[in-house]
Amino acid sequence: MISTIEKIWATLEPLTDPEIPVVTLRELGILRDVRETADGIEVVITPTYSGCPAMGQIEDDVRASLEQAGIEARVVTQLAPAWTTDWMSDEAKEKLRAYGIAPPHRTCGSGGGEVSVVQFMRRPQAAEVACPQCGSTHTALTSQFGSTACKALYKCLDCQEPFDYFKPY
Amino acid sequence: MSKAPVEYLLHLADNAVVLGQRDAEWCGHGPILEEDLALANVSLDLIGQARLLYQLAAARMGNGATEDALAYFRDDKDFLNYTLVELPNHGGLVGYAAADRDYATTIVRNFLYSALMVLVWDALEKSPDSDLAAIAAKSLKEARYHLHHAADWVVKFGDGTEESHARAQAALDHLFRYTEEFWTPSAVEEAAIASGAAVDVRTLRAGWDAIVADTLAQATLKRPEVRGYIPEGKQGRHSEHLSYLLGEMQGLARAHPGATW
Repeated sequence: MISTIEKIWATLEPLTDPEIPVVTLRELGILRDVRETADGIEVVITPTYSGCPAMGQIEDDVRASLEQAGIEARVVTQLAPAWTTDWMSDEAKEKLRAYGIAPPHRTCGSGGGEVSVVQFMRRPQAAEVACPQCGSTHTALTSQFGSTACKALYKCLDCQEPFDYFKPY
Repeated sequence: MSKAPVEYLLHLADNAVVLGQRDAEWCGHGPILEEDLALANVSLDLIGQARLLYQLAAARMGNGATEDALAYFRDDKDFLNYTLVELPNHGGLVGYAAADRDYATTIVRNFLYSALMVLVWDALEKSPDSDLAAIAAKSLKEARYHLHHAADWVVKFGDGTEESHARAQAALDHLFRYTEEFWTPSAVEEAAIASGAAVDVRTLRAGWDAIVADTLAQATLKRPEVRGYIPEGKQGRHSEHLSYLLGEMQGLARAHPGATW
């Protein structure tokens, strides 16, 4: 006997990010939880970037899938703890790489420890972004902001291909 | 549990939405393609932050308040943003003079603002108001990228050609006086500080000075002397530029209330 919660996870499993159709919402950490509450079952999603225009689409996709499967559940958005690329599984990162997007490094983490101003000017380890085409780490940042808020634009200095880098966030 | 007053949330939201609107003016007009995309992305982040804050404010106001009503149906004197963020994307003008968008002005403004906001969000991340703290934690990640982006360009301009240096210095000379507003708490901020849920911006001044000094030194730009003038945008007393900005931003929503597409 499958519980409703398991059924919801299974129903939502095929849903992918509208901008990056090779990774699922679960793998990205956008689909955060399915839980039982006093007033029914809640599906918890979390925004990536505050202004990510894909969020509306994602919420609609989740609702539509639940409706199609005849499941009654509320979709709620939860901000804390803030979404981070650290939640992405290794499997998801490999899928990104195969799709032509260099996967994110781990973030240095915010908060905690001594707060010094220099901390805000320190860059996440910018070196060693490997080209998803040829694997070379001889690459250069073209722009902090690429085709979407979550990606930066890089160029491979060996194979000369431009590519997207999923920024640590 | 202490909660930040609604007006304080509006002050933070108004800053973000107004600067988001200014940065969005570059959409399709960026000096190079990469910067066109960058400014649109920065703008999206800011509008996203504003939405989260307006949603929270609306939920706390009740009485049918909505994020759209707060963004589109308040008038200029109700906006509590810094004067700095509403200024046009070019320097000061006299009489009927007209000017083109100036990227140095946009970049220097984004730098001065995001250097403050990394500190503000970092402090608010620890606010006992857990809803505000959650928004701050997200916004801090974005503000960091905005700061890096703007600071990189301040250095490229300042330490670039004679022309880019002169324009960056002119933008700095024009905008710097408006940052004085950061350090004088308004009645809204005083009330928020008293609630225990907000940050006293005066405690952030040394940090902001250090970020600015570090970047200006790399950029070989001079920090302008400012004295006397303290803008009062966050108290609802704005420059003439905000009304035009809101006219454009709010026109559609007011002409077609409740429109969807």
